[in-house]
Formats: sequence, C-alpha cells, structure tokens
Amino acid sequence: MKLTLKIWRQDATDSAGGFVEYPLEEVGPEFSLLEALDKLNDELVADGREPVAFDSDCREGVCGSCGITVDGRPHGPVANTPSCRQHLRSFDDGATVRLEPFRSAHYPVVKDLVVDRDGLDRIIGAGGYVSVDAGTAPDADSHPVTHEQAEYALDMAACIGCGACVAACPNGSANLFTGAKLLHLSTTSQARTERGTRAREMAAASEEFGPCSLYGECVEVCPAGIPLSAIAGLNRERLREVFRRRAN
Amino acid sequence: MTPVPHATSTAPGTAIADTAALLDDLRAIGEDLPGFDLPADRDPAKVWSERKLDYRLVSPLNRRKFTVIVVGTGLAGAGCAAALGELGYRVEAFTFHDAPRRAHSVAAQGGINAARARKVDNDSLARFVKDTVKGGDFRGREADAWRLGEESIRVIDHMEAIGAPFAREYGGQLATRSFGGVQVSRTYYTRGQTGQQLQVAASQALLRQVAAGTVTLHTRSEMLDLIVSDGRAQGIVVRDLLTGRIRPVTAHAVVLATGGYGNVYFKSTLAKNSNVTAAFRAHRRGAHFANPCLIQFHPTALPVSSPWQSKTILMSESLRNDGRIWVPVEPGDPRPANDIPEAERDYYLERRYPAFGNLTPRDVASRAARDEIVAGRGVGPLKNSVYLDFADAIARVGKKVITERYGNLFEMYTDATGEDPYTEPMRIAPGAHFAMGGLWSDYDLMTSIPGLFVGGEAGWGYHGANRLGANSLLSACVDGWFTLPFSVPNHLATLLGSDRLALDDPAVTEAVRRTEDGVRALLEIGGSQGPDRFHRRLGELLYDKCGVSRSGPELAAGIEQVRAIREEFWSDLRVEGRPDGFNQEIERAGRVADYLDMAELMCLDALDRDESCGAHFRTEHQTPQGEAQRDDVHWRFASAWERMADGRYRRHQEPLNFVSVPLQTRDYR
Ligand SMILES: Cc1cc2nc3c(=O)[nH]c(=O)nc-3n(C[C@H](O)[C@H](O)[C@H](O)COP(=O)(O)OP(=O)(O)OC[C@H]3O[C@@H](n4cnc5c(N)ncnc54)[C@H](O)[C@@H]3O)c2cc1C
Ligand code: SF4
Ligand code: FES
Repeated sequence: MKLTLKIWRQDATDSAGGFVEYPLEEVGPEFSLLEALDKLNDELVADGREPVAFDSDCREGVCGSCGITVDGRPHGPVANTPSCRQHLRSFDDGATVRLEPFRSAHYPVVKDLVVDRDGLDRIIGAGGYVSVDAGTAPDADSHPVTHEQAEYALDMAACIGCGACVAACPNGSANLFTGAKLLHLSTTSQARTERGTRAREMAAASEEFGPCSLYGECVEVCPAGIPLSAIAGLNRERLREVFRRRAN
Repeated sequence: MTPVPHATSTAPGTAIADTAALLDDLRAIGEDLPGFDLPADRDPAKVWSERKLDYRLVSPLNRRKFTVIVVGTGLAGAGCAAALGELGYRVEAFTFHDAPRRAHSVAAQGGINAARARKVDNDSLARFVKDTVKGGDFRGREADAWRLGEESIRVIDHMEAIGAPFAREYGGQLATRSFGGVQVSRTYYTRGQTGQQLQVAASQALLRQVAAGTVTLHTRSEMLDLIVSDGRAQGIVVRDLLTGRIRPVTAHAVVLATGGYGNVYFKSTLAKNSNVTAAFRAHRRGAHFANPCLIQFHPTALPVSSPWQSKTILMSESLRNDGRIWVPVEPGDPRPANDIPEAERDYYLERRYPAFGNLTPRDVASRAARDEIVAGRGVGPLKNSVYLDFADAIARVGKKVITERYGNLFEMYTDATGEDPYTEPMRIAPGAHFAMGGLWSDYDLMTSIPGLFVGGEAGWGYHGANRLGANSLLSACVDGWFTLPFSVPNHLATLLGSDRLALDDPAVTEAVRRTEDGVRALLEIGGSQGPDRFHRRLGELLYDKCGVSRSGPELAAGIEQVRAIREEFWSDLRVEGRPDGFNQEIERAGRVADYLDMAELMCLDALDRDESCGAHFRTEHQTPQGEAQRDDVHWRFASAWERMADGRYRRHQEPLNFVSVPLQTRDYR
C-alpha cells in the first residue's frame, strides 16, 4: 500500500517546527507505524536527508518509550494501544496520515517527534516509592495478601509510563498516572506506612501538570487500560491524608 | 517420515586444518585465570558468607567520600545504584533512556526463580544449584550458582517490599509456577509482566535515592569510553544525547550494568536500543570478554514476515505446554496447514524426544526447528518457521480454557501477524535472545581491570552455555542488590583518602580526545549508506554463520564476511545530521561500529571452541543421534578474550571445576 505521511519536523526545543509531507510506497498492512517510519528514514538517509527522530525501544508495548500523535490522537487510531503496536492496516490505502509529537505544555519537544517527559519522574521522585532499604524486608510470606488485592495492585501497576494520558487531556493533567501509582502502592502491605505522606507529596508534585476536569480522554488512549477509578483514587487518597493528618 | 541426515562424529579433514591455520593467525593463547573453585572439603553453601566475612568494610562516615559510577538502570544497575546510595556512597548513575524505568528488563514476561523451597515438591538450594549448573551445560561457575540461589530468597522479599505485586494464592501466600526445563515450582511471577513490575519497583527505589541526594541520575547519557589510570578504572566518558556534548566523569570505581548484546543479530527479542558499546569499549581498554559465542536462541519467537520487520517478538514459552510443534513431511508442501492430513505431519520433537516432547529445553527445541527449516520443511510465506498447533488442545479442553491460559498471547500473535491462532496454527521460529557471554569477572564481579565491576546480563557468570528460564532476572537482581553492594566497598576500602581522578589529568583528557575523535571519524566518512543498513546485513550474516548451529568452515567464512562488511562500513557509512544536538544516527553508527568488531569476536570464539555445549552447537561435534557432544577433557573452561594492540586476540582460560554437581551428559529423550 501507499501512504502520505505528514510529519512534524522541528530541529530543537527552541526552534520553530512545521509539517513536511513524505510519500511512502511499498508498505504493507502488517507494518507497525514505527516500522513505516524506519522505512521512510532509510529512504531519507539514502537521499541525503535527515531522518525523522522518534523514540522507541521495546517495540512490544511495555517500555513506554514510544508515543506520537497520529491524526490528532495520542498513540494512534486503535484505542488503548501504544504507538509501536499500531499497524498500517488501520489506514486506507493512499491515505494521508499526520504524525506529531505528544502535545502538552509539560512535554517540551526535543526534536521532531521526540518529547521530554521528565515531569512524570518528578512525580515518582516526590514519593512514588517505598522506603525500605535493601536487606531489611521481612519474609514476603509472613504477611498474607489476598489474591484479589494482588490482582488489583497489578491492575494499577500496569502503567507503562508513556505519558499519553497527559497528552490526551485537554488540561494536560497527569492524574491518571499519579492515581494509578498511589492505588498500586496503597494496596501493597509494606508501602502502607507512608500512604498519607505519599498522597500529599505526589498530589502536590502532580500539580505541576494541569488540574483534572474528568474529561476521561486519558482512559481511551492508555495502553495499560488504567481505569478512570484511578483518578477518583487520587482524590480519595489525598482526602484521606487531609482528614487523618498522619503519615500512613 | 524422513529423519534429518546428520554427520556422525568428528571427521578430521582439510577444512579442519584450514580453520586451525586461520585460528593461529587470529589468536594467541594466554595464561589461565584464577577462578573461584569450591574447595572439596568445605560446605559449598557457606562459601559466600565466608567470602563476605573476608571483605573489607568502609565505615558509614567515610562512605560519602567515595563516588561510584553505575552505568545502566536496568534491574542490575538500578539495584546497585540504589543499594549503594542507601548505604551512603555517592553514586553517579547513567542511562541512555529518558527514564530509568525503560531499561530493557521491563520486557521480561515469564518470572523470576528463587530457591525458597516452600512447597513440598522437594526443591532445595542444592537442587536449584544442580538445575542451574546442569542447565548451563557445565560451562558456568559453580560457586556463583550457590550465591545466586542463596541470595534469591532475599530478592523476592525485597522486591515485594518495594512494590512488586507478586501473584498470590487464594490463601494469601506467594504463588509459584514451574518454568523452563525444571520439574519443581520455584518461579515467582506477576502475570506476564514480571520484568515490568520488578523494573518499575527498582527504578522507584532509585528515584527515592535521587530525591535523597545520594544518587545523581543522568538520563539520555551514553557511556562511550572507560578511563583507566594507574591500572584501575577511574571514570567514564559520556555523550549527552540531547546536546551531543562529550564529557568525562571520574570516580573511585565503575560498575557496568549495561545489559546483553543479542541485538548484534539485528532481529532479536531485545529492545531496539540494547547494544554492546559500553562493554566492548571497556574490552578495548583491557577488560576480558568471556564466552562471546554463547547466545541463547529462543524457540518460540515470532518468525520474520516482512523485510522491514524491526525485531522478533517473543511468545512466552508456556505455549509449549499445550501447543504441538510440527512441520509437513514433504519439503515445500504448498498446502495451508489445515489441509495437511495428520499422516503427512511430522511432530518432530515428540518423535525425537518422547520423554520431554514439546517441552525440551530451549537450545534443543531451537536446533530441531532450524534443522527442519534448513531441510526445506519450513512453513509460512518465507518458509522460515514451524507450526505451533493448538487444535488438539482446543479439542481436548475447549476453547474457553485455552483462552484463559493463553488469551493475551493469542491476541499478541494476532496483533503482530494478523492471523488467528484459534483456527490456524501459530508460526514460530528461533530468535536471538539472551547473551550468556559478557565481560569476564571474578567471584567478586570485578573484571580484569581493577575497579571495574560488571553486573546483570553484561557479565558472564551464572548461566554457562545455556540459561535456564527465569534465572536471568534473578541474576540481575542478585548482582545489583546483594553482591555488588558487598564487593564494591571491598575495593573502595583500599582507596581511603584518595581523591577522584582530576578532570585535567592526562588520562582523562586523552580519553575525551579519543572519544571525540571516534565520533568525528564516523561523521567524516561521508559515504552513502546509513548505519541500519550495515546492521541488518550483519544480523543476517550472523544468523546464517554463527546462529543456532555452527560449523568450522561456515564460521571461517563468517569472519571473512564480517570483515568485508566492516571495511565497507568504514568507507561508505553516511551519518546524517549535526553532531551538536539530538542525533539518533550518531548513536546508531557508534553502536554498529562496535557490533562489527563484536561479531568478529563471536565468530572467532565459536570457531575456537571446538565442541558443542548448550547453545553452542558445532555440527562437527554431535552424537550419532544428533545431540550436542561436549568435550570436557579439552574445553572445561571459560574463554576470556583479551584484545591486543593490533586488534588480534589472546584467549585466557578459567578452568571450571564441579564439586557439588558432578559432570553429566544432558539427555532429554
Ligand atoms: C522479551 C524478553 C523476555 C524475557 N523474559 C525473562 C523472564 O521471564 N525471566 C528471566 O529471568 N529473564 C527474562 N529475560 C532476560 C532478562 O530480562 C534480562 O537478562 C535482564 O533483565 C537484564 O537486566 P540488566 O539489568 O542486566 O540489563 P538491562 O535491563 O538491559 O539494562 C541495561 C541498562 O543499561 C543502560 N545502558 C546500556 N548501555 C549503556 C551505555 N553505553 N551508556 C549508558 N547506559 C547504557 C540502558 O539504558 C539500561 O538502563 C527476558 C528477556 C527478553 C528480551
Ligand atoms: S496511565 Fe496509561 S497513558 Fe498514562 S502514562 Fe500510564 S500507561 Fe501511559
Ligand atoms: S516501544 Fe516500548 S512501548 Fe512502544
């Protein structure tokens, strides 16, 4: 099949960017979107032109590196699927497809389709961890965790940190990401001793991003299927801390 | 059914004489290396605690006077950096990713082993060691396996405490399953996301130390060289991937936890950016490279279906519990799978290995598949795969049960191939996966350069010639959390009162200049082909010549062809874009340059190792039944390669002795 890729090119964070159109031929429906970019880049280099910069690594949907906006939608047309697992079979032969970086005031463009998502790690650094030093943990079998609790923690822990939720949100809120982490850690037993402080610190760090107005657009793009209840969970964890005024 | 023809045993001939001459030309033989033998008169289970007792200590007040560089934030690197930070050392951590959580460890699915032996299935620490040593076909270090098993217990407790939500039984206890060639249930898991959950927990622990100020984290920073001064590792040279700036960082010790090199094959199960650069550049500075030819091919990878496919995705091995593997009896049979009658199918694993059947270990299953494909019985559009068929299982237990067991994998398969495995058999093929080779290190994880340590897949220790499933996440965790934090301070204690190497020291400026020249050299070639084109060709060449099975003449040809590609690379490479700024072509070009030299070393090691062992199958060395024939008399050692000034190699040997697990032949019939 054939496509026209309309791609955002931007040399560096402080340069102006713009769309450039590239015809792409002899690609198949089984190509992933990123493989299509690989092929385009091969042709660009052979032509003596600069290839398109984009981030990716695992190419199987788990590392969270990839993430581009496709026809206005973070990650691409198929819901809950990361960019590396979007395939050309979603497009009509001959279609024009617009590729841009994740758009958010909180993600400065590094180059072309690559953005800086460090803000997400600042939220984790504010308390998204458990303060247990190596070697000091008790026997994990000494505290029972119900099967359901473990499964629930896993549902919340599934976030791959891709940042699409922020890009999809009209406010640029990171509440889905922050909420998922809070609920994951508030379910695991060792982590509960810092539950209150963690909620306070992470919610405060999350304010670097926008406020949440419950548009729900984040859950439609989230490759990990983090549910909207994670957002309610963030508010609940924060209120719990406000009322209890305790570390845990 | 036509059985695959096999040569019987070694027939000395002209080809062998030629390869011997080639070998002599390429390499010299060096001294034996001191290993760490288990003393026959001592309890092997006590060796690690005795070694720890011998280690020198650094008092808490002195710890902040020491700086340690940790390259890599995978399970090994994040664990090591966090643990040293918790203890009070100053740590400089580096990763080329934009966030520590993205390290390749995140992709592991199946699980992590631990010798906790809680069930009454007769598991024990000793049995863990036995399985590990035997699974590695007696080419790993036995003492390391004992430490691996012992520390595995704390690994599970620790990772659980810092947030990995391991699967639980209904009674609330940790759940386990059996995995990859063992008969007991010692694998801990979190659905199909074990690597992800361990990696996320470890990177959170790392970020906790960043917040506490003990660890300085440098993301999007790639190590390009090692600084050696006074005979010990004292720093690294890094390139800031955002700005292109090259700068030195010095420290009292350097830890490399930079992952495996399976991506040398271009299409592998690894993440696209995994590479060998850090380890190989340390190798150029004097660190020995151990057993480079030992690469595990995973039997259940997705076949390559288009020339532009960027990698081969791993399908969990658990599929082999219910799936039956077969090929058509008639080579080149053009009929769709479902039209081939039962009598015209060869369930070759069940035929050849009646005891283990479809569950034979990875190397055996990979090799058998390759034999069928080479004999013309491969299936699929490119005739490069074999069928993994669930029709019988669906008929036996019903579609619902199969969906419960493997639903997500079936979805993944459909997503990648567009085919429906419920109605037509899956297609699988061996894919390059795990590197058993890596920088050589002693029992303390110190390389042949004092002060340079190595952990995780970048090292060589535990796995021997063939890794057992679920032992690798474990080795990365044990190295990071529970070995390096003991052994690195033992080295630091000798350096009390010494400063970090000054940034204007000649050794530093020389290393920076060399690195800058290296990058410039790539940019100045000004040829016509981008780095990926060379990498793809190199990968195909290696699959062909140094893949699932090898032979002397093929390897010799491989070396020549690698050299030809390398020559072309250095005269016709084109690197687009500017040097000063974000430029992924520069990153790729440097990595491919190292892969070209690495590929030569792999072929050399494979040619040199004139036996079959684990994942290294030399067609000259097989039993009449076509099984790998190990040569313990001549090859019971690890090869550790030293690179000489003229680019030739010297092979050192670490003799391997087995005290607690007697030598035996692996047999899966
Ligand atoms: C698909 C797949 C499934 C697997 N499943 C399992 C399983 O079920 N069980 C199991 O036990 N094992 C499994 N493995 C193997 C296991 O995941 C790896 O061996 C292990 O995670 C390696 O960890 P590591 O810390 O050594 O390296 P990695 O996690 O690869 O980390 C390497 C780090 O080094 C950094 N780095 C590398 N080079 C440089 C440089 N030059 N400069 C700066 N930074 C650098 C990277 O940024 C990264 O942070 C699997 C592997 C794959 C590919
Ligand atoms: S919550 Fe979902 S969309 Fe947001 S970062 Fe995590 S995985 Fe990505
Ligand atoms: S490349 Fe890893 S999630 Fe897409």
